[in-house]
Amino acid sequence: MLTRPSTPALIGVVVALVVFGAQAPQLLGTGGLASLLDATALIGIGAVAVTLLLVAGQFDVSIGVLAVASSVVAALLISEAGWGVWPALAVSLLAALAVGAVNGALVVFTGLPSFLVTLATFLVLQGGTLVVAQSVAGTSLVDQVEGGTGWASAEVVFGSGLLVGDGRFRVSIVWWLLAVGLTSWLLRRTRFGNAVYALGGSRRAARELGVPTAWTTVALYLVTATAAWLLGTLALVRQSGVPVTPEFGNEIEYIVVAVIGGCLLGGGYGSAVGAAAGALLYGTVRTGIGVAGWDPRSFQVVLGVLLVVALLANGVARRRLVAVPRS
Amino acid sequence: MTGPERVGAVEGQEPLPFPDSPGGLPPVPGAPVLELRGVTVRYGSVPALDRVSLRMHPGTVTCLLGENGAGKSTVVQVVSGVRRHDEGELLVDGRPVRFRRPRQARSRGIATIWQDLAVIPLMTVWRNFWLGDEPTRGIWPFRRIDVDVARDGAARALARVGLPGLNVNQPAASLAPGQRHSLAVARALHFGAKVLVVDEPAAPLTVAQHALVLRTVVGARDAGLAVLFVTSTPAYAHLVGDRFVLLAGGRVAADLTREDVDVDGLTRLVSGGEALATLTAELRRRPDPLVT
Repeated sequence: MLTRPSTPALIGVVVALVVFGAQAPQLLGTGGLASLLDATALIGIGAVAVTLLLVAGQFDVSIGVLAVASSVVAALLISEAGWGVWPALAVSLLAALAVGAVNGALVVFTGLPSFLVTLATFLVLQGGTLVVAQSVAGTSLVDQVEGGTGWASAEVVFGSGLLVGDGRFRVSIVWWLLAVGLTSWLLRRTRFGNAVYALGGSRRAARELGVPTAWTTVALYLVTATAAWLLGTLALVRQSGVPVTPEFGNEIEYIVVAVIGGCLLGGGYGSAVGAAAGALLYGTVRTGIGVAGWDPRSFQVVLGVLLVVALLANGVARRRLVAVPRS
Repeated sequence: MTGPERVGAVEGQEPLPFPDSPGGLPPVPGAPVLELRGVTVRYGSVPALDRVSLRMHPGTVTCLLGENGAGKSTVVQVVSGVRRHDEGELLVDGRPVRFRRPRQARSRGIATIWQDLAVIPLMTVWRNFWLGDEPTRGIWPFRRIDVDVARDGAARALARVGLPGLNVNQPAASLAPGQRHSLAVARALHFGAKVLVVDEPAAPLTVAQHALVLRTVVGARDAGLAVLFVTSTPAYAHLVGDRFVLLAGGRVAADLTREDVDVDGLTRLVSGGEALATLTAELRRRPDPLVT
């Protein structure tokens, strides 16, 4: 139990709920829980994808910008080219997958650190998105997407919510739970999952045993690209448009949450449930600070402290696991 | 699953009359079980192996000796399907094969115990055991690892190599070094090996660790396997070897049998013969100034 990657984060969630629940009891009401889970879901989808990569010993810092870029593609196709919403979303998914494939192929064929490769992708996407949006739409806010055919059904799938008491539980929570469940199944129950752990645990051993290292790496970047597209689409439908201000930040938060969820930065260790617990802790603290009336900027301080604590806890877990008994 | 499971075989294919042989053809009578004929491997334009030939027969131990960088690991990689050779032929039972991935070598009965044992510390014992060849059930995209079969299979295979009752759900990191070695052996033999490649770690081993490796070599030989024992220690090689192939600079520098050479001769050959003789003479001439 103590050696599970999710345990420290789950303890953290309980502590945070008690601390903020005492200060602001409305956090535990339906309204508070709805916004808590909303914050959790959006960070959680990114974090669970990043967790997969971290387990394999890889990074992707382009995921947040890819989310914006793919939603800009969809929004431009709808508002400027007059496409239906679903075809536009299909094309934006393909575009995201293409970026993922390029990321994966570059990492495999150059052997460069994935952090640098995806940093390059990040820069290209950030600049490219702004340039394209400005030149095509003439503005940095792409909207007027509600007119597209199929908007109503897209809103049900990506933007609906369920009112319970004074809280609106958004459909993004369902997407998050699906992402966590699927990732957990992939990691624990499939050959792909074994390959991911092997890749992060020892690339040399994986090669010697014939684990398909190149394919697995590319597949991982396709998975994160899909997660990025989902995040972009959820934001696009929710805001009925995209403010094209991709900024560096989300990517780092995904990695922070994955580490809080028990991932080792060196790879080979981590779980989807851990990532979910990390995201829950993130959502609780973020919403708790708002509800309790603290200065919102103190959130970053708390997040930083949590990261340090998580790194220390993970270090203990790792030493316990890797400690080899003498003959 | 009972008997010698052959998970490495391609699913959905008709069982061939000689499933171990290339193309299902019968072995060529009298042919070596594994043979390299003029195998050349290049890294860029530099040859790592230069026309290397080797023949291995059942129930014999072939020792591959040489200094670091002589090409020993490249031979291991070629016969286990990790690296493809550029020129020459690789023959199993007298028929040419070309391995594109380790799984193909395994399904032809060539099992390898790697230098690093290819054991991943943070993964559980049963996951390590099956890695790269997991038993699955269901149809894609719902195909998944058959966890019960995998756990049972690993536990039974480990019991056969002397680790009965080992908890296969613990991470491999918590195994003692000897148990890790046994895990690698059990995995190698599980897929129905007829050739066992033992790549001894380059790091200095204790006598107990050497003994473990040598017992594995002798055990496999007595079970009728052809063993390729890759080592840099001539003294230990001479204890178990029937044939000694010395690699230097990617070429076969010597190919000797037990009758040709004794331990001292082998040691001299491996450590560069004349260079060692000169060094010995020089050391004897000048006593160590720190002692006098």
